[in-house]
Amino acid sequence: MSVSKEDVKHIANLARLEISEKELDKYTEDLSNIVDYATTLSNIDVSGVDPTNHILDIKNVFRKDEVKNSYDREEILKNAPDKQAGCISVPKVVE
Amino acid sequence: MNLYSLSLSDIAKKIKLKEVLIKEVLDSVYARIDEVEPKVDAYITLTKEYAYKRAQELQEKLDNGENIGVLGGVPIAIKDNICTKDIKTTCASRMLENFIPPYDATVIKKLEENGAIIIGKTNMDEFAMGSSTETSYFKKTKNPWDLEKVPGGSSGGSAACVASDMAFAALGSDTGGSIRQPASYCSVIGLKPTYGLVSRYGLVAFASSLDQIGPFTKTVEDAAIMLNVITGHDNMDTTSLDIDYEDYTKALVNSVDKIRIGIDKNFTKDGVAEDVKNAYNNSLELLQKLGANIVEVDLSYAKYSLATYYIIATAEASSNLGRYDGIRYGHRAKEFSDLIDLYKKSRTEGFGDEVKRRIMLGTYVLSSGYYDAYYKRAQQVRTLIINEFKKAFDNCDVILIPTAPNTAFKFGAKAENPLEMYLEDIYTVPVNIAGLPGISIPAGFDKDAMPIGLQIIANAFDEQKMLQVAYTFEQNTDFHSKKPEIK
Repeated sequence: MSVSKEDVKHIANLARLEISEKELDKYTEDLSNIVDYATTLSNIDVSGVDPTNHILDIKNVFRKDEVKNSYDREEILKNAPDKQAGCISVPKVVE
Repeated sequence: MNLYSLSLSDIAKKIKLKEVLIKEVLDSVYARIDEVEPKVDAYITLTKEYAYKRAQELQEKLDNGENIGVLGGVPIAIKDNICTKDIKTTCASRMLENFIPPYDATVIKKLEENGAIIIGKTNMDEFAMGSSTETSYFKKTKNPWDLEKVPGGSSGGSAACVASDMAFAALGSDTGGSIRQPASYCSVIGLKPTYGLVSRYGLVAFASSLDQIGPFTKTVEDAAIMLNVITGHDNMDTTSLDIDYEDYTKALVNSVDKIRIGIDKNFTKDGVAEDVKNAYNNSLELLQKLGANIVEVDLSYAKYSLATYYIIATAEASSNLGRYDGIRYGHRAKEFSDLIDLYKKSRTEGFGDEVKRRIMLGTYVLSSGYYDAYYKRAQQVRTLIINEFKKAFDNCDVILIPTAPNTAFKFGAKAENPLEMYLEDIYTVPVNIAGLPGISIPAGFDKDAMPIGLQIIANAFDEQKMLQVAYTFEQNTDFHSKKPEIK
């Protein structure tokens, strides 16, 4: 297995996901298979090849810095799962 | 002749000539939906009330002698990852089960400015991750040609609803083949435009360097009409190009005389179903007979596209889906101990298996110690693939390959092994990796009467050539006019 159970636990934590012990085996196997398949890329000589970060030859696209109306607060808050007094509420983060 | 079975251009003409009322067109389509939707399950949401209100407004305009646009009064379906103001947009995920966008995607604005009526939102693989529409949180869409088989994916609902005459056209999104592959499985036209041609503002992001929006239609002409409407510069998407956009209907010329068609025999040698190979060879023969020249091109690097794709796409997805944290919108877990626990529980409950798998794979290839070996290397291979296509297009006008190595498979057939499912995209992902346009058109049926698609790929911004070859093929075959008996 190219990806270990420890790896899966570690990346699940980084990705803020919970994986049960039962799921752990399956994810470890699946991820190993896919990573093994991706390893075929190591057969290719890429020395001196620039990586493509972006397909289009455009950069630094800016809009004019104009003041415009955005959305109403009420409109945006409609989708918030928990709100209070015009704000989105979250659990206490500072003790 | 039922109204619902007409093409987009025919129904638009009938409306304009006042041979039919827009309300009658809607009645016909919704009656068709009542009849076959219980079997096909292509839609997540129907927008009947809204559609009839729009129909009335458009009819009044038309009766007053106003121009209602090239899509005036035509019912169109939208993949459920494209934001529609005040209409639920779920991405077929529990995470966005109750999400109602406060704005319209740019493509939705453009459709409506041109008179289209949105009749519903279509089913898909969750967050567009899948090749069969089986990963939807809500339902499994069936292939209209065989209800025990998948419609392909991820835009399976859009493909199935056009194939079964439940809409005159639909929008989908294509990150690795999600328009072309289901189009092939369902025998409709599916077009993925050049990267940068269509604004993605309002498209829920999956892999931003690959995603494009495109149409599903019943004819190539309709695809050109839809493309005219949805393309154009938009300053809400920084990848949207500020160029002169052409009239794509001008490409609808019934001739492939002296057109150079590139093929790579090695690329289609292994892993392709016999019937698919035969249909492909017959298509080449026909185009040759119609005056096209076949030239050999070298696509040796293209076979590495799939591995490249699953690194780049998952890396981008892991970043894009970081926004679903249960705070501002989307699913929030009911019980949690602290903020981190809120993130974890909301994401764990909100996302399905395949989405989690891809987020984790993306997190893995970007994580410390693996970045150079996987992500950077994939981006370097991406450069090689782009250069290879550039070289190929020095010697040819379009490249022909099958859309998918197989025809539609049964539910569950590939669900256990994710890699096997990914291999269905082997012929579609190179196009996304290189940012090129591609179209899938009906090109035959296998021994079980399941549709086979032919893929035509053109150089970046050369949609015209692609459409010309597709149109010529369509005018000289009748695969596109066959309809499924839904039973």
